[in-house]
Amino acid sequence: MDVTVKTAQQLRLTEEEFELIKQKLGRTPNFNELCAFSGMWSEHCSYKNSIKWLKTLPREGGRMLVKAGEENAGLMDIGDNLGVVFKIESHNHPSAIEPFQGAATGVGGIHRDIFTMGARPIAALNSLRFGKLEEEKTRHLLAGVVHGIGHYGNCFGVPTVGGEIYFDRCYHTNPLVNAMSVGTVEAGQTVSAIAEGAGNPVMFVGSATGKDGIGGASFASADITAESVQELPAVQVGDPFQEKKLLEACLEVIRTGAVVGMQDMGAAGIICSTAEMSAKGNAGMRIDLDKVPTRQPNMKTWELLLSESQERMLLVAHKGREAEVQEVFEKWDLPCSVIGEVTDDGLLKFYMNGELEAELPAQDLVLGGGAPQYDREYREPAYFQKIAAFKQETVPVPADLRVVAEQLISLPSIASKRWIYQQYDSMVGTVNTSTNAPSDAAVVAVKGTKKGIAITTDCNSRYVYADPYKGAMIAVSEAARNIVCSGGQPLGVTNCLNFGNPYDPEVYYQFVNAIKGMGEACRRFDTPVTGGNVSFYNQNPDGPVNPTPTIGMVGLLEDISRKMTLDFKEEGDVLFLLGRSTNDLGCSEYLHNVHGVTHSPAPHFELEEEAALQQKLAALIDQDLVRSAHDVAEGGLFVTLCESGFSNGLGFSALSPDSLRKDAWLFGEGQSRVVVSVALGQVPAFEKALQGFSAEKIGVVTSGDVLIDGEFWGTITSWKDRYDTAIGNQLRKEDAAGALGAL
Amino acid sequence: MKFGVVVFPGSNCDRDMQDALANDLGQEVTMLWHKDRDLSAFTTEDCIVLPGGFSYGDYLRCGAIARFSPMMQSVIDFANAGGKVLGVCNGFQILCESHLLPGALLRNNNQQFICRNVYLRPDGFVRDLLPSEDANGPIAYKIPIAHGEGRFHADEQTLNQLEANDQVIFRYCDDAGQITAAANPNGAARNIAGISNEARNVFGMMPHPERACSSLLGNTDGRAIIESLLMAKQLVG
Repeated sequence: MDVTVKTAQQLRLTEEEFELIKQKLGRTPNFNELCAFSGMWSEHCSYKNSIKWLKTLPREGGRMLVKAGEENAGLMDIGDNLGVVFKIESHNHPSAIEPFQGAATGVGGIHRDIFTMGARPIAALNSLRFGKLEEEKTRHLLAGVVHGIGHYGNCFGVPTVGGEIYFDRCYHTNPLVNAMSVGTVEAGQTVSAIAEGAGNPVMFVGSATGKDGIGGASFASADITAESVQELPAVQVGDPFQEKKLLEACLEVIRTGAVVGMQDMGAAGIICSTAEMSAKGNAGMRIDLDKVPTRQPNMKTWELLLSESQERMLLVAHKGREAEVQEVFEKWDLPCSVIGEVTDDGLLKFYMNGELEAELPAQDLVLGGGAPQYDREYREPAYFQKIAAFKQETVPVPADLRVVAEQLISLPSIASKRWIYQQYDSMVGTVNTSTNAPSDAAVVAVKGTKKGIAITTDCNSRYVYADPYKGAMIAVSEAARNIVCSGGQPLGVTNCLNFGNPYDPEVYYQFVNAIKGMGEACRRFDTPVTGGNVSFYNQNPDGPVNPTPTIGMVGLLEDISRKMTLDFKEEGDVLFLLGRSTNDLGCSEYLHNVHGVTHSPAPHFELEEEAALQQKLAALIDQDLVRSAHDVAEGGLFVTLCESGFSNGLGFSALSPDSLRKDAWLFGEGQSRVVVSVALGQVPAFEKALQGFSAEKIGVVTSGDVLIDGEFWGTITSWKDRYDTAIGNQLRKEDAAGALGAL
Repeated sequence: MKFGVVVFPGSNCDRDMQDALANDLGQEVTMLWHKDRDLSAFTTEDCIVLPGGFSYGDYLRCGAIARFSPMMQSVIDFANAGGKVLGVCNGFQILCESHLLPGALLRNNNQQFICRNVYLRPDGFVRDLLPSEDANGPIAYKIPIAHGEGRFHADEQTLNQLEANDQVIFRYCDDAGQITAAANPNGAARNIAGISNEARNVFGMMPHPERACSSLLGNTDGRAIIESLLMAKQLVG
């Protein structure tokens, strides 16, 4: 087959990139080699349009044990000879066309990134975004994604302990499925994704290779269009039982000491794992592709190189110790074959039945080596003018705010996600302390120690859309705030950067400014970015999704028994709002859904104010002066108070200040505010400890009644019922309507 | 007495069970690999536990393949000899597939996997081992469930027989201990959450007591459940 620039373009490489490949090789590549470049230089693997800006993020320091991007996931020291390993990753494109397998393999992939480093995953989270729940397409995607996450995670046996779900029209065609995994590892048990030592055997372990997921990496590097469904073969198929065995076998094989390096096969399959491991060790590999176990006969070289079949690992062992490795995989009934060896010439040589089918310098394929890096142009989005034109004084204060509150608490983005999370096993592993004692971040126990790990994912993309710089700072701040509200100390960040097409200068403006804001906030909270992933091309002919830089953050509790929870404890406890309330409706769910305002500025936020709040709150918790802490987020103060009341069936009586619009006080989403409850007898000590920090005494905890400015707004049970059943009821209503329509 | 916890390749509650038995209840625990057969270290005073999970992936039918594993052959012999066997969740499914317990576990009636806390009321002979009411009325034990196929099913005659023999040991109830249709999470026949065999040495239950044994997790109701089943033999004797 003749390889021309046209072939390259069909493989989603540009003309310039084709020229660069020829220049690097000193010849025209054959088709197999071109396929290798197509996978490796795809946006997904090469970060070619993002790496320049990613490098501006704080990527070392703190308790980091490996630099960002150096391994499959971030690794941080938590003391007691233990490390925490964590990462978040997107599986947006596959989920858009095959939600069940797309989401399932997203979960499988992120767990592999954790245990390939030698860590045992102990908790999973996911951040999901869909279109409006009223749409049939959304319900199809939601049901499929939730089923997929449950199917994989429940069987694999790692609890899903938290996450977030938003519904917004911008995600109608492009849902976002971001999965995060967190594991722990003992010092000295970690494994690097490196190939070293000429002559060492390269081993292929796990499932046999099939034709699924071929071209997945480059598929994920293009917009979703009406034709995308034809790319269905680019979606992988997962088998959680296989992965569960792979997990146990990998952790067991590491303990033998026979392993030099290991990397999972994710995007771009064999070519990616061989290239990255070799490049990292300044080595090469000679691989006999005919020794790779396959699911179907006659697989071609390029198919073997690019297949994204799941539950596979590439492992380099010490020469002569192959039998020890094989014994472990045999115990777990997993295929394990020697498929080649490490060489010292830096070349990847792929053979099929003795014939050399592809020869590629490993360094030329990888990020930081020969993969291209681009400067993209950007310009301020035109819609900013609509945001600047917003005038809050034109928004009337509704006469009946109780009715508004009822509407808000039932919004799918605010209401309980019970219908969803009950389909996930949240308790397997017996480490999740949040089931019976919820807090703003999930808190999981580190068995064998007194420690706990607090974990959260956060991003309100409407804020980022309105102001990418400030919105990304808010995402980081909210994550840190959730950890502090749980009694933890923020440690580090993993990010999943979901954006539209980077070749659109307005999209790229969002990207650049979000990175700048994220970097500034991460530096302020001393939470380095340990890794993550970039997902561009979340775009379709109607436009891009809101810029969505999801933040996954982990924090540490030195003593888990000192964890702080969000629920009110006792009638008569006094409620304080820490932080400063402002007359601000910007970007609130209230403004968007009740008044139909699509463009408004991001809510009030000052980084230093946020840092001061977190510092003060941590001190108050440390001094045992608060009994609950819950931050003000979507839906505003009223929703926060309700959520704190739900667990124990306790209500609240709250008084609004005269100085603010009542709707802004109840429903505004101004940042850096936390509601705490304080035992009556401790109020003097609490007020003294505030030392002038801005706080408002807003009311008391009641035995169950909800009162606003003395007006009875019903019981907490009635609010809880509304909150708990809103999503399930809406799904049932739509199903019934659908069934009627089908008659 | 001591415990053996069977590890199938897809078990994922094996280590939770080990942790609860050893660290929360202070028992001696040995892990038993599914490919082995040797139970010579165990006497009928001991207890073998089949933990939750997805034994062999559960692709055919939950527990259907596990029944044929080498270790299960020994467990069946052990049970028939009078040794105590407890199956939780997938373990319960395996016990039914192995015919050590009657009935079957079908897909939940809402067709979804369900994970949440539910409440249990002791019934049958377990009422003599575990308080089922006090001065304030019925006692409900808060225990988590996590399953897609947990709807207990048997024909009417079998159900009547189970009840007549006091073999229904746990039923789903509400937090006040009332056994109602609304408190039945999966559509199980007669709200049945757990049963025993006629000889009262083999127990199966869908809820996970091992997930409710640690004060760190904010729920220790599972301890009494496990402890009561251990005492079962004394009652029979």
